Amino acid sequence: MDNIQLILNGMMREMLSPGTAAVAIAVIGLNIHFGFTGLLNMGQAGFMLLGAYGMGISVWHGLPFAVGILFGLGAALIFALILGVPTLKLRGDYLAIVTISAAEIIRYVGRSSLLTDFTGSAQGIPGSQYSDPFRSVAFWPFTGGGSWVLLPFNYHDVADGAVWVRLLGWAIAIGAIASLVYLLRSGDKFSGVARNGLVVLLVVFSVFLLLFLFPLDYQKVGVNGWWLRFVAWTLVAVCCFIVYLLVRSPWGRLLRGIREDEDAIRSLGKNVFAIKMQALIIGGLFGALGGMVYVLASSVQPDSMGRTLTFFCYTALLLGGAATIFGPVLGTIMFYVGRAFIFQASRAYVPDSILNTQEAAFFSYIVVGVALMLLVIFRPQGVLGDKRELRFNV
Amino acid sequence: MSEHTINPSGLADPAARAALVGGFEATPGASKPDSILVVDNIVRQFGGMTAVDVQHLEVQRGLITALIGPNGAGKTTFFNLITGFDRPTSAGKGAHWAFDGRTLDKTSASSVARAGMVRTFQLTKALSRMTVIENMMLGAQDQAGENLFKSMFRPTWRAQERAIEAKADDLLGRFKLYEKKYDYAGSLSGGQRKLLEMARALMSDPKMIMLDEPMAGVNPALTQSLLGHIQSLRDEGMTVLFVEHDMHVVRHISDWVAVMAEGRLVAEGSADTVMSDPAVIDAYLGAHHDTDLGDDALLSEEHMQELAEEVAAEDAEREAEEEAEGLR
Repeated sequence: MDNIQLILNGMMREMLSPGTAAVAIAVIGLNIHFGFTGLLNMGQAGFMLLGAYGMGISVWHGLPFAVGILFGLGAALIFALILGVPTLKLRGDYLAIVTISAAEIIRYVGRSSLLTDFTGSAQGIPGSQYSDPFRSVAFWPFTGGGSWVLLPFNYHDVADGAVWVRLLGWAIAIGAIASLVYLLRSGDKFSGVARNGLVVLLVVFSVFLLLFLFPLDYQKVGVNGWWLRFVAWTLVAVCCFIVYLLVRSPWGRLLRGIREDEDAIRSLGKNVFAIKMQALIIGGLFGALGGMVYVLASSVQPDSMGRTLTFFCYTALLLGGAATIFGPVLGTIMFYVGRAFIFQASRAYVPDSILNTQEAAFFSYIVVGVALMLLVIFRPQGVLGDKRELRFNV
Repeated sequence: MSEHTINPSGLADPAARAALVGGFEATPGASKPDSILVVDNIVRQFGGMTAVDVQHLEVQRGLITALIGPNGAGKTTFFNLITGFDRPTSAGKGAHWAFDGRTLDKTSASSVARAGMVRTFQLTKALSRMTVIENMMLGAQDQAGENLFKSMFRPTWRAQERAIEAKADDLLGRFKLYEKKYDYAGSLSGGQRKLLEMARALMSDPKMIMLDEPMAGVNPALTQSLLGHIQSLRDEGMTVLFVEHDMHVVRHISDWVAVMAEGRLVAEGSADTVMSDPAVIDAYLGAHHDTDLGDDALLSEEHMQELAEEVAAEDAEREAEEEAEGLR
């Protein structure tokens, strides 16, 4: 029982971690590229790295925090323009080639020792150089220092944390999350307001239930505390809302039209190049924002945002369901929580002589890879995707 | 050229059209009194092969003009060139074409469409993973909601969206697709996709619609209704240019026919004039163009006998030739 509680606590920590939120934001951006517009951007990590560098370097050199954010977003915007102008008129494959190499160029330039004064070369920029201004803007109830168990009332307080309390709680949590996923997949079955209300209610209920079952203790405004978590997940919600506003509009309809057949859209008098460029820029800006959140808890290290991170983003996107609003968030959570589960479980149950901690981390990636393969074969639309959208060969 | 010398609605009357067409010269590149599309010196080469080499072509406003020709005559390439999907090799070297008085030499495919010349494709381009109504609504022009910044604020485009949907419903009803409104376009049959593509093109209120083989792969009943739609478009004052292989269709609905062969414009005229032109018969129609190969009467004993004899005679002739060559 203690082992299980340990594993589940580990999963919960991973689920709420700012890193997960940061990748979720980047995946929301990637979803605009790949899911809605059909742009094969293989360099989302490059956008993230640019956002992180833009913010990190400017704050490190004494500029205000807000200006740093603008620099990060501006760098991503220019990067998108540079990538888009030569490639968006060509077939999709070229964008993939150019983006993956451009992202690598950014990473290698960041590593180069010539730029140590700006990027800190391979060691990167330590978080202490830029994250203080972020913590200084924290507001009530995060001010005042000290640490905090979010939701002070938790399972320890009911019948002394007896096994049956926890088991019952876990069952209800699974039920709540399953019905949430069902609701999100059901599409038009409920009318708009009632369905959305129910979704919000279920999300809030599940979060509270999870916090009740797995109490977490972090500093209020620490390097990796509740303030950062609050900001990161608020940003995720805001990004989801922006994407919702965008894709329900005629502009979003154009994006999907371009994904289906560019020439048809061109023959209807639409400026396909401009729309693709707008999509590339917006997705890239989300990527940059994700990158900034990603580094706030750690440091701006070029190697932490390389090709692997791009592939994690794609895995999360396919897992959750491309071309859906909540798919990227759900997929990212599932990806990181699943990985944490395998890691914690193999640490708890497999003796160190077979798998030590480091090997367990690698093992978790292997299992995630196999899971992705199975997913693509048996459920190509992801968890939230619409099966009807995949029935037709394009 | 842009002023209306003829009232378009007057062209709904067959006699008026016959009188108008009777005044045209039946030569390739003939000038028309009120041409909506004028094409000059368009050449497209793929390597050494010249796919299209059209010196001059005018298309009369308000009529149905058919573009016919054997496979590989360059009809579709010609369509691609004038709609901006391809660039002529002669671009900047004398290539010039104008639509409704507006020069199109350097315009992109999308601005050609915005100018009022909308095309469909030989291989239908229905947007499969979108619903029929979404397909239709993409066709409308000047949508405020397609602007990135306005798109986030629904009130800026809601009224227009409703108007567009009403228009789309109307067109879907006319093309008998209304029941399919919320189905994915990918679930439609081939013929329905052709209808959808045509209806989508009409959403932009074009002045001229260019149909690339609209009847290919469509059953006879649907062909009838497609023909009806095309004729009613003309009667409403729209100009239609279409590529077609079925001579019965061409004869049935076209007011004027242009014939292409090996990239060139070889003949122009009314359907009957063109089909009796020896150049056209040689290039395209063949000796038996008037007989319907699907006609039961042709399957009678006597006719089969005749055909068999004809074939035998041709075979004998060929054998004799081969022998003669072998002897040489």
